[in-house]
Amino acid sequence: MSVSVTVQHGFGGFNLDAAFEAPAGITVLFGRSGSGKTTIINAVAGLLRPDAGRIAIDDWVLLDRAAGVSLPVHRRRLGYIFQDARLFPHLNVRQNLLFGRFFAPRDAPRADMGRVVEMLGIGPLLGRRPAMLSGGERQRVAIGRALLASPRLILADEPLAALDEGRKAEILPYFERLRDEVAVPILYVSHAPAEVARLATTVVALEDGRVTGQGPAIQILGDPNVMPTGVRDAGALLQAVVVRHHDDGLSELSAGGVALFLPRVPHAPGGQLRLRIAASEVILSRARPEGLSALNILPGVVEAIRDGDGPGAIVSLNTPAGRVLARLTRRSVAAMALAVGAECHAIVKTVAIAPENVS
Amino acid sequence: MGGWLTPDILPPEAWRAVALSLKVSLWAVLVSLPLGIFTAYALARWRFPGRGLVNGLVHLPLILPPVVTGYILLLSMGPQGPIGGPLARIGVVFAFHWSGAALAAGIMAFPLMVRAIRLSIEAVDPKLEQAAATLGAPRLWVFASVTLPMILPGVIAGAILAFAKAMGEFGATITFVSNIPGQTQTLPSAIYAFLQVPGGEGAAVSLVVISVAVAMGALLLSEGIGRRVARRVAGA
Repeated sequence: MSVSVTVQHGFGGFNLDAAFEAPAGITVLFGRSGSGKTTIINAVAGLLRPDAGRIAIDDWVLLDRAAGVSLPVHRRRLGYIFQDARLFPHLNVRQNLLFGRFFAPRDAPRADMGRVVEMLGIGPLLGRRPAMLSGGERQRVAIGRALLASPRLILADEPLAALDEGRKAEILPYFERLRDEVAVPILYVSHAPAEVARLATTVVALEDGRVTGQGPAIQILGDPNVMPTGVRDAGALLQAVVVRHHDDGLSELSAGGVALFLPRVPHAPGGQLRLRIAASEVILSRARPEGLSALNILPGVVEAIRDGDGPGAIVSLNTPAGRVLARLTRRSVAAMALAVGAECHAIVKTVAIAPENVS
Repeated sequence: MGGWLTPDILPPEAWRAVALSLKVSLWAVLVSLPLGIFTAYALARWRFPGRGLVNGLVHLPLILPPVVTGYILLLSMGPQGPIGGPLARIGVVFAFHWSGAALAAGIMAFPLMVRAIRLSIEAVDPKLEQAAATLGAPRLWVFASVTLPMILPGVIAGAILAFAKAMGEFGATITFVSNIPGQTQTLPSAIYAFLQVPGGEGAAVSLVVISVAVAMGALLLSEGIGRRVARRVAGA
């Protein structure tokens, strides 16, 4: 299943003009606040009628302004996970979970209640009222409620933004399971790079109501030219495979033949994972460094240099492991005579790769 | 010597007035409640042309002299009135009939009912109704399964408040349906009638006590039910 979205909408001096395709998996609409993410997701949900546009899941049309088609919200077969859970306070958890099932068409494929409850670990909560749940528990119930409505599309509007760091870490794995186990496409709004890096199958980068880039997460997140949040939050994604776990608490990984060392990861040897390496944690050196404490050294060639608004710049390096971004000052770029095609080495401290950037 | 409040302390027409008042008030509330919920919802949630006018009309009985409301009812709903005339031809008569007393009481109590319900609707987060719609619930179902359960305390409070108000309605009722013992003589009109005849004070005072008891009972009942329902709805 795939969702195609074209939306044009203007209000209060802001103009949204976006078009993208969301294939199966999680498609993250990524951009700062005010970039149009929520407007798009509300247009898809039917909570807002855009000035022009067309929204379809495969060949099932939800909206086509030119043809005068606009399905009402309740007929769009959605599972919308809101930032603020929005559980019904007068119903208990079980009744909340079953709310959408009551309205789903009889012939719709039904998610198995027992499996969803088990997947989200909410079995012990079924008899409780939402007022008696923690923020993380509420959000898990909200995910279950969306799944059990037999949706053809799941929408999530910054579902982790209202939670503290601990609760975020609690919920993230459930979205990963959703991505890997549920065939329904998921549109996920976020402005947190680490969240995007961990969850996204596809990224649609938005800036000022325009799509600045869309494609597989590894491609988009490593492209300094489409990163919408500016150079400060930039970071590249690397695909790696676990080689072995060492006794000193480190795991040895291989990315494109380059050995990388990380604090122990939970994956078994042979397991695939992806790492986000924040650009601000990368040091560049023209010569191969000797006698350095950092364990991860990636040789590469400068592919692009993009100046930021302030004194910073982002250097994008092509390495055997994949594209790596480094954030340095423009002064360093000049002092090191860095230019496109120059050879240099990217250095990453092992402890700089935080566990929340590994998945 | 019997107790102070035994049946024989009051003449039969006084008891008939109490029974009639209960019947009139019950019908007034039952019939106006769905309309009251609808009006309150429309005023709280919808933006439509003429909203201010509807709001004014609903509140009019609260500020007009009750006699004026009763007289307007008599003019429009009476057998010669523009609405009452056609209705009389199909056999529906309000003027000088207990159903007219219910109509007058319902109209006089309507603003109180609508205000109480409207406040509770405004306290319901529309985002919850949106969430219900995204889960596939059509509009009426959203109302029945989310909005209505959440406003139930307000609906009950509004209904009981309206019932108490209907029990005490006097001016519009006596103007519209007069004061015919056994037919249109409600509790307040009976008190008024007893005070007009020598030696009627005793019965009047007894009716006053009954009146106070009914009003207080309604108030306590509404508070009690409201608290219980609010606890259930809040899920604590």
